[in-house]
Amino acid sequence: MAYEHNQVCFHTLGSDESWTLATYEKDDGYQSWRKVLAGELSPEQIIEEVKASGLRGRGGAGFPTGLKWSFMPRDAEGQKYLVCNSDESEPGTCHDRDLLRYNPHALVEGMAIAAYAMGATVAYNYIRGEFLDEPVPRFEAAVKEAYEAGLLGNDIQGSGIDFDLYTFVGAGAYICGEETALLESLEGKQGRPRFKPPFPANFGLYGKPTTINNTQSLASVPTILRKGAAWFAALGPEGSGGTAIFAVSGHVEKPGNYELPMGIPFKDLLNDICGGVLGGKKLKAVIPGGSSCKVLPAEVIMDCTMDFNSLQQAGSSFGTGAVIVMDEDTCMVKVLRRIARFYMAESCGQCTPCREGTGWLYRMLTRIVEGKGEEADLEKLVDVANKIEGHTICALGDAAAWPVQSFLKHYIHEFEYMVRNNGRSIVDDPSRAAA
Amino acid sequence: MSDDIVNIEVDGKPVEGRRGQMVIEVTDHVGAYVPRFCYHEKLSIAANCRMCLVDIEGAPKPIPACAQPIAEGMKIFTKSPRAISAQKATMEFLLINHPLDCPICDQGGECELQDLAMGYGRDVSRYNDGKRVVKDKDIGPLVSTDMTRCIHCTRCVRFGDEVQGKPQLGTIERGENVKISTYVEENVDHELSANIIDLCPVGALNNKPYRYSARAWEMEQRATISPHDCVGSNLYAHVLRGTVKRIVPRDNESINETWISDRDRFSYEAIYSAERLQTPRLKENGEWRDIDWADALSLAAEVLSAADSDKTGIIASPNMTVEEAYLLSQLASHLGTNNLDHRIARRDTSNQDADPVYEGLGCSIEALESQGAILVAGSNIRNEAPIIAHRLRKASLQGAKVSFANASEYEYFFDVADYISGNGLVSLLAGIAVAAADGKDMHASVASICKDVTASDADKRIAASLADADDALLLLGNIAGRHAAYSAVRALAAVIGELTGAKVGSITEGANSAGASLAGLLPHRQAAGAARKEAGLDVAAMLEGELESIMLVNVEPDSDIHASSDAVRKLSEQKHVIALTSYISEGLLEAADLLLPIGTFAETSGTYVNVAGTWQSFSGVANPVGEARPCWKVLRVLGNLTDAEGFDFVSSEEILSTARESLSDTAAGYYDAASVVAKPNGADAPDQEIDTPLYSVDSMVRRAHALQQTLSAKRIADER
Repeated sequence: MAYEHNQVCFHTLGSDESWTLATYEKDDGYQSWRKVLAGELSPEQIIEEVKASGLRGRGGAGFPTGLKWSFMPRDAEGQKYLVCNSDESEPGTCHDRDLLRYNPHALVEGMAIAAYAMGATVAYNYIRGEFLDEPVPRFEAAVKEAYEAGLLGNDIQGSGIDFDLYTFVGAGAYICGEETALLESLEGKQGRPRFKPPFPANFGLYGKPTTINNTQSLASVPTILRKGAAWFAALGPEGSGGTAIFAVSGHVEKPGNYELPMGIPFKDLLNDICGGVLGGKKLKAVIPGGSSCKVLPAEVIMDCTMDFNSLQQAGSSFGTGAVIVMDEDTCMVKVLRRIARFYMAESCGQCTPCREGTGWLYRMLTRIVEGKGEEADLEKLVDVANKIEGHTICALGDAAAWPVQSFLKHYIHEFEYMVRNNGRSIVDDPSRAAA
Repeated sequence: MSDDIVNIEVDGKPVEGRRGQMVIEVTDHVGAYVPRFCYHEKLSIAANCRMCLVDIEGAPKPIPACAQPIAEGMKIFTKSPRAISAQKATMEFLLINHPLDCPICDQGGECELQDLAMGYGRDVSRYNDGKRVVKDKDIGPLVSTDMTRCIHCTRCVRFGDEVQGKPQLGTIERGENVKISTYVEENVDHELSANIIDLCPVGALNNKPYRYSARAWEMEQRATISPHDCVGSNLYAHVLRGTVKRIVPRDNESINETWISDRDRFSYEAIYSAERLQTPRLKENGEWRDIDWADALSLAAEVLSAADSDKTGIIASPNMTVEEAYLLSQLASHLGTNNLDHRIARRDTSNQDADPVYEGLGCSIEALESQGAILVAGSNIRNEAPIIAHRLRKASLQGAKVSFANASEYEYFFDVADYISGNGLVSLLAGIAVAAADGKDMHASVASICKDVTASDADKRIAASLADADDALLLLGNIAGRHAAYSAVRALAAVIGELTGAKVGSITEGANSAGASLAGLLPHRQAAGAARKEAGLDVAAMLEGELESIMLVNVEPDSDIHASSDAVRKLSEQKHVIALTSYISEGLLEAADLLLPIGTFAETSGTYVNVAGTWQSFSGVANPVGEARPCWKVLRVLGNLTDAEGFDFVSSEEILSTARESLSDTAAGYYDAASVVAKPNGADAPDQEIDTPLYSVDSMVRRAHALQQTLSAKRIADER
């Protein structure tokens, strides 16, 4: 089956200098924003349209974007802020990076519209520190172009609308992708999640009402308004409107970022789009939405479609759309150890279960890989993960627990094998080599 | 009000709470204990330790009780399987990297982690990997660190940020490498810094001077009162076999809340200073020798009885208890002299006839927080009364305009509305008085001072802030009280108070200026403020005069007397000087010819009246050092030996009840602008103003070893 690529966020891809204002405008860019400036779109209309489009946050949690916007006390006195979360750090995820590199104007326009809809006159784009090389300059150049073209600033084109957009570059901490840690970092403090309530819509940046959206979510908005909510919603199945950029990595022939309609069957994504498993091997497992999502065995994921509901029913989640593919020769114990190391290193250290528990998990897994594991460790791994899950201020604790729980649920035999064989992986079993 | 009531259920029992309360406040109130580490009622909510997770009906996961506001109909289960399991999980995580070195930890036996581990921990750890080790920090002479024990509750961090206003500790690094640290190597040196010892729920931050010297369970806890400032902070002394091992705060919301100054905490070291006077000593022909008490007392009585009544004088410290001050005042009457004074720091007493019964704060200590505007004049208040400085900071955080008028600039850790400085205090206050008068005729008492003075913009803002606030206060500090033209300072203060409607109050010297004034330890006033028929000599006049005998009580003439310069020399030229003292100092050896050892505040019972007029009695907490005796007992015997009547007291309580009969209804007051006439008799030069360094305020503090090792003390020592 043929799928249409790049219908929303990556629409300019393939054009010469796809990141310039000229290219973007040739591609109908800034039409929605100009409609706003001309007074043809009210904030209520925008929010209704985004709600109707079925757009759900692409940052991992999948919260309906329009609904989130409606939480903002739009008419309240005082400063309100919009913040774009471009702190893309979820392992496996790399689509925001390309969005910033190849179509930054879609984000600039999306942010301007979102800010207007929520009564915010100032927005920040918080970009991951590691993006300093190419994405940050591209985005900053786009902002500059937009200012010079009179699309941003004070009383834009005599509309009475004010909107200023600033770029902020983080220092490369995964935790700053958590929205309240991001706000702390933006305020110049240590990147540590805040306890909620209060939620950012009431007490956000500098204590003012603030909405934080993901890069891809915001960049989808101009197209939604231009082509209509119905068109967007119809791209995907019920409950998952539009397209998503799948960042496919791991053991596939053609890894990469693919913007495709939501709800594409996984097997089409793997075989038709990505050319199948690398070297024609058998598929073992897939993490469908970045390392914080639960792993799905091949036989489960092959029957899934790539959207929020299907993956949730399968026992995982859509996450960021970062699809990590693992073939039959992958040692699941070693993969989990690597994932556990990530969460240990990225825990902010604020609350006890995550600070102490992530290191404990990693050390147990390391012992197992080094051949010093015990059978009792396997039960303990799950128990420790269960005691982190749901006990922390932010979701990093959950994100550290879910891989452990799901890897041990689906691949317990690999862990048992390693413990019983002094650290030898099941993939190195002599019987397999003989076969 | 009924809108503010929220009905909830705690463990199945209906409970009423107030809107805005957190779950933990309500569960604490009804006695449903929820374990916690990071939560502290005086600090902001961190919700990071996760020990207080409770089960709330309808919530998908356990919720921290410290951070969850109550809501109507909320059902909270503090001991459900889910709550207990979450709490036990947190305890297990806290213990995996905790060294569990309780047997060699000073916190052992009084450790929140140890206590809660009894209820929520396992008997055997499931953690069998390596434990974290963290290098200790040197954060100064007062607080010892064992950072491996830290559980990262951040109470100490929040204390610095929120209570001190001077952030000194913070967290560095991330994940399990998180450390509590100073960002740059430095000492914690705020005047309240050592409260982090009490805040720390584990043995990470401990009392350095006390380190390894006793165990919590072998000491007795005895209540006492701080003798180092006019606040009267409530203390507990922890006493091992009669020896004070350490001092900790005793909660009193209306005075010191739950904090004490570092001065109050560590001055106890001076009880056991090598400079303690152990026995009575007599100087004969320039040579000092020990004598026994009986001989010493009869010698002293002989000297006092032999002198002409108007040739006898008593100079006492403002740290005397009410009982001691009362006996001194009675003894003076018996000897027929009005030459007695406790105002050893006051240089200008020229309009003392207008004195109130005693100088008070002008409001309660708690009420400082609710003032709308406060002007502090002539005070290095963080040195003079750290707890009052803390209350001023809280007032400022709640929106009060706090301004300062001081010759010198001092540092404050809150938003100061205006700070006028550079000139002498009289000029500064005159500017504000002129601003307050706003063109109207200046009050006659200060008209000559204010002539030709123009108000600056800052003067006008300050005057307006006092006039505009519903509750406003003008506070004169120790520096003001020691000003060479104090009569002008207080006349101006009274005028500003009258013009703006602000109350006028004082930060007074020592622990018991109020009690000493009430008891009549003054040349011009009898007990309860009645004027004497004929005023006697004040401190300066006694030193200048040719007396036959002077009794110095708890005064070190080389450091404590600001009323007169060159006090040691002037005393040494007197015929007889009898000193009742806890310590030997060079000045005393030169000035006195008879030394009688008296106990420190820890070795005597007594009563202090604080600056807000609160009477606080305390018992002796420690065994006397050497042959030192409580001062009141020495005075009682001197009374007996000089045949004074009514000196048959057998306890300090008896003295107090006798004294209180005549003192009970007296209230603090301040000057009435109409009755005060400024008679400035000294210069108004900034360099003439006397500020006593934080750790030099009295004989004990000066001898407290750890305090003298602090940067604040060392900087002073280096300057000398």
